Amino acid sequence: MTTQKTNPMEYSEGMEIIDSEMMDCILKLVENYDYNQYTEADVKKVLNKEQLTLEDYGVILSPAALPHLEEMARKAVPETRKHFGNGICLFTPLYISNYCENHCIYCGFNCKNKIRRGKLSFAEMEEELKAIAETGLKELLILTGESRHQSGVEYIGEAIKLAANYFTNIGIEIYPLNSDEYAYLHECGADFVSVYQETYNINKYEQVHLSGSKRIYPYRFYSQERALLGGMRGVAFGALLGLDDFRKDAYATGLHAFFIQQKYPQAEIAFSSPRLRPFINNADNNPNDVHEKQLLQVMLAYRLLMPYAGITISTRERAGFRDHVIGMVATKISAGVSVGVGGHKLEEKADEQFEISDPRSVPEVHHMIISKGLQPVYTDYIRV
Amino acid sequence: MNEQLVIGGHGFQSRFILGSGKFSLKIMKAVVENGGAEIITLALRRANIGGEENILEHIPKNVTLLPNTSGARNAEEAVRIARLARAMNCGDFVKVEVIRDSKYLMPDNYETIKATEILAKEGFIVMPYMYPDLNVARSLVDAGAAAVMPLAAPIGSNKGLSTKDFIQILVDEIDLPIIVDAGIGRPSQACEVMEMGADAVMCNTAIATAKNVAQMAKAFGQAIEAGRNAYLAGLGRVLNHTAEASSPLTGFLED
Repeated sequence: MTTQKTNPMEYSEGMEIIDSEMMDCILKLVENYDYNQYTEADVKKVLNKEQLTLEDYGVILSPAALPHLEEMARKAVPETRKHFGNGICLFTPLYISNYCENHCIYCGFNCKNKIRRGKLSFAEMEEELKAIAETGLKELLILTGESRHQSGVEYIGEAIKLAANYFTNIGIEIYPLNSDEYAYLHECGADFVSVYQETYNINKYEQVHLSGSKRIYPYRFYSQERALLGGMRGVAFGALLGLDDFRKDAYATGLHAFFIQQKYPQAEIAFSSPRLRPFINNADNNPNDVHEKQLLQVMLAYRLLMPYAGITISTRERAGFRDHVIGMVATKISAGVSVGVGGHKLEEKADEQFEISDPRSVPEVHHMIISKGLQPVYTDYIRV
Repeated sequence: MNEQLVIGGHGFQSRFILGSGKFSLKIMKAVVENGGAEIITLALRRANIGGEENILEHIPKNVTLLPNTSGARNAEEAVRIARLARAMNCGDFVKVEVIRDSKYLMPDNYETIKATEILAKEGFIVMPYMYPDLNVARSLVDAGAAAVMPLAAPIGSNKGLSTKDFIQILVDEIDLPIIVDAGIGRPSQACEVMEMGADAVMCNTAIATAKNVAQMAKAFGQAIEAGRNAYLAGLGRVLNHTAEASSPLTGFLED
């Protein structure tokens, strides 16, 4: 028996709708983005420009730009330094629950996956928060799986309130909310919201998000806007590179962030660039593969399009990669990471979302930053 | 003689104000000493009291702290940050920065005036960062500012004196110290703005992004001093080489 699948473009009941043409506008631009049309001459021209247009951004994301990574990096370093100096912000994620109601075929937390599920009680959270705070960190990212039933907005709100006793800067990476819910979490003490579209290609999005509220594409797309309307200070963008055509997805991610900043000039903008790793023996078979070169190209393109935007380097990447991209392009790095539920003080209560590639502790990352001639920054935010 | 720079009744020998947010804390002392700076700005949001890499622990004790309100998007937030700074023993000086634009970081002059008025009444020595507009500068004087800090170019841009003519107007018309802040990219530009009659220069990115940060601080200190001396000495006449010889317009006069 086949069940009728939800239309991913139709909002479900209770989902707030924002009257905006931004999504259609971006989808059209992405549809018309033909990265194969650009040549080396186009790339060279763009690399000589001071400020990039959106078309220039498309040029440096193109295959023609890949042989010019070194020049792009040399252009990116002074931009990063002008806006961020040599400071590198440190943070760590805390997973408080891994229950999930979505069936996303690429994710370890997906509801069909038979993994150990769990969530932290408030007493357990307190222990975890204390243990993290003892490492000296002042910035925390609270994460949950996407389950309104198991990790409701109030549960997350209470977690934020507890965290606010220990941390100066609290971000959330949870399921998309309505603006009044974001306002509530902002009041509880959160100021930054990360929501990743995963892929901007609607067809692919539909294929990989088989069920659950995450399947509703436009609701996810307008999350950042609802967060800002709810009073959040900053928003982060990202596509899961490699899920679909990574160039188009990176192009869309940049446009999304760019248009949000135009519409909400006060918003602090940040990028993350998670990727699906290519299988080692399959290297040349798939044009969507995102190797380190391609990943760096995307990060550099984000930097050159929006030199003032923060860029976080994922714990999924190996230490050697992370150590080299900070200062050049990335401005924020996680340390002392556990991606299971708990794991800082208590034993992990539930399974991990993915495997991390850089298990280094806070002091280890701290010393690495210093050894690169950079300045570890524990706090760069004041809540007023 | 090079008289003191006086801000809110406090005298300073140096006219170089150093920004602190973009270089390693461990070289802070050397940078301050090389530049001869007596005032140093710091973003309160970087103060990590009792924690790791606390900027306040790295600033030499003999230097005057000028906490800024960076992160404030409106007057109300700026006022709250200033009060926090005072509660954290950072003194009474405050650089008001109100910015609600993450791309260009342009100051919001209107909110800046509002914050200045409130903080001046609370006894702060208020130094507002502003876009150089004469009417705004006059309002800041009325609001009780102790100095006015016009930008030369967008923060961090190192573009130099993009607003030169408007800064000159402030220098000519405003009786408070004019401290040029943001955008100065090289010592020669700092020198030029001092020659124009500005009272001091604040600099951060141009120094922090130099290969040798401490040495560049020294170069800025020297340039600012040279510019000040040139201003006091009075610049000589500059010949206009483009003037063309022609029949004098007043040659008809007979007696």
